[in-house]
Amino acid sequence: MSRLEVKGLTHVYSKGTPFERTAIEDLNFTVESGGFVGIIGHTGSGKSTMVQHLNGLMKPTSGQVLLDGKDIWEKPEEIRALRFRVGLVFQYPEYQLFEETVYKDISFGPRNMGLEEREIDARVREAALLCGVGDELLERSPFELSGGQRRRVAIAGVLAMQPEVLIMDEPTAGLDPRGRDEILSHVHRYHEQRGATVLLVSHSMEDVARHATSVLVMEHGKIAMHGSVSEVFSRGERLSELGLAVPQVTAVFARLARAGLPVPTDVFTVEQGEAALRRLLRERGVIS
Amino acid sequence: MNKTEDMIQTIELGFSYPGEGGAPVLQGVSLTVERGSFVAVLGHNGSGKSTLAKQMNAVLLPTEGKVLVEGIDTREEARVFEVRQKVGLAFQNPDNQIVATIVEEDVAFAPENLNIPQEETARRVEYALRAVDMWEYRTHSAHQLSGGQKQRVAIAGIIAMMPHCIVLDEPTAMLDPVGREEVLSTVRRLNRENGITIVMITHYMKEAAMADRVVVMDKGKVVLDGTPREVFSEVDYLESLGLEAPQATTLIHRLRGDCPSLPADVLDEEEAAQAILHLFEGVAG
Repeated sequence: MSRLEVKGLTHVYSKGTPFERTAIEDLNFTVESGGFVGIIGHTGSGKSTMVQHLNGLMKPTSGQVLLDGKDIWEKPEEIRALRFRVGLVFQYPEYQLFEETVYKDISFGPRNMGLEEREIDARVREAALLCGVGDELLERSPFELSGGQRRRVAIAGVLAMQPEVLIMDEPTAGLDPRGRDEILSHVHRYHEQRGATVLLVSHSMEDVARHATSVLVMEHGKIAMHGSVSEVFSRGERLSELGLAVPQVTAVFARLARAGLPVPTDVFTVEQGEAALRRLLRERGVIS
Repeated sequence: MNKTEDMIQTIELGFSYPGEGGAPVLQGVSLTVERGSFVAVLGHNGSGKSTLAKQMNAVLLPTEGKVLVEGIDTREEARVFEVRQKVGLAFQNPDNQIVATIVEEDVAFAPENLNIPQEETARRVEYALRAVDMWEYRTHSAHQLSGGQKQRVAIAGIIAMMPHCIVLDEPTAMLDPVGREEVLSTVRRLNRENGITIVMITHYMKEAAMADRVVVMDKGKVVLDGTPREVFSEVDYLESLGLEAPQATTLIHRLRGDCPSLPADVLDEEEAAQAILHLFEGVAG
């Protein structure tokens, strides 16, 4: 079943003024319930504008966003409730922390939902645990924490609302590899434990290849490609034209295939690459 | 003794933030950055690499040992401006480094503050903007530029001070792949063509691969120091430090156990493909 459906979605900034600019134009796609979609594209390709429509933060100039088949703007007075169901984590979310303690910050969303105190407490602790925010941090000020810790607190604040759809706009920007892997594994766990639908905006093809099941590529406010990870990443030349790079290991396999070696070209992770080469090495009797 | 060709020398450098009582942020760091070289400093968050960068132009001063910039001890208060004139520091977030509204005014900010005559300032602004390939944007509004362009303007602002060395603290961390490539090719050109010594702090191994030398930091100490090939061949050790070798390097490394003829120092996709093809040469298909 499709959880999210985008139909003819268009947004024009400053319409009717000399600064009029179409940021996204006639976008059409669906996201299946429980799917994990990677969204890639240049800065300025319309990714952020698009995702801000999905939780009703921006209103389409024309077109529709449907959640479970219902237009999210059908009853504008219910848009706030929608934002509890579709959670959005912005770029550099740690700059949005404002409460005195980590606990208060994570509980802000669930409290706004009007939940009971006991339920709020349970959700804060569960989200904190899921994001690797230890109990000992809950009573600290968010401003005493490291950048990576603050980022995890900000994400926990969104997960505490237990959104059915989780949208993340470059959640790992500026983190080192360890911090990046930690955040993505938290997201992955949330996706699996709750069956949540996830949309991940990322500049890292490697991360998208590792976590997503389908990929949406944006260019100049339009959808340039949409398909499974293999479908999209096997079109390396088209991606290069769009100024996007395939994962380095994919580029290695493209070179091997061009040189005539019978290797698959839908290899995106080191693990897949290693397995494919071992298979071929065994076939040729190079290794046993 | 400090040789004249040494740009920066740290001698048993140690540093602790006041009142923190914890482990020192830097410990016994002895490094020499030669004039004209391009050094990448790698480490995960919290390894001390940014603190080291700030020691290199006297933003922070050693609590143990010393730092010499072209022979000047950074603790000599009277010469701190001399030190900062020789070594410029660029930061991660381009938005925090732009001070004026128009690109050329931003680049002129430092020379004007140093009371450099107007004609000389104009000459430096042109030189700096051309060096980062932003001359045609000189009359543009700075806040409308892309992240990569802003970062290049910030670097031009440093070049206008005519430093001998630029230390860049994760200059690409907040940029998209296009902006990242713009900044990296600019940095590489400043080193090769303008002869500026570069120290680049990064946690991207792919970026470190373009340096002459890679220094790896962990827990405030230097744990590896060598050419990119020497350093990247230590894949397992780097992973244990929370760093990550490029995919091409890791792929070859994992196959080396069974295929010891594979090279240990593969840096990019081209070298990896060549190494694999070589392995299959002469084997019946």
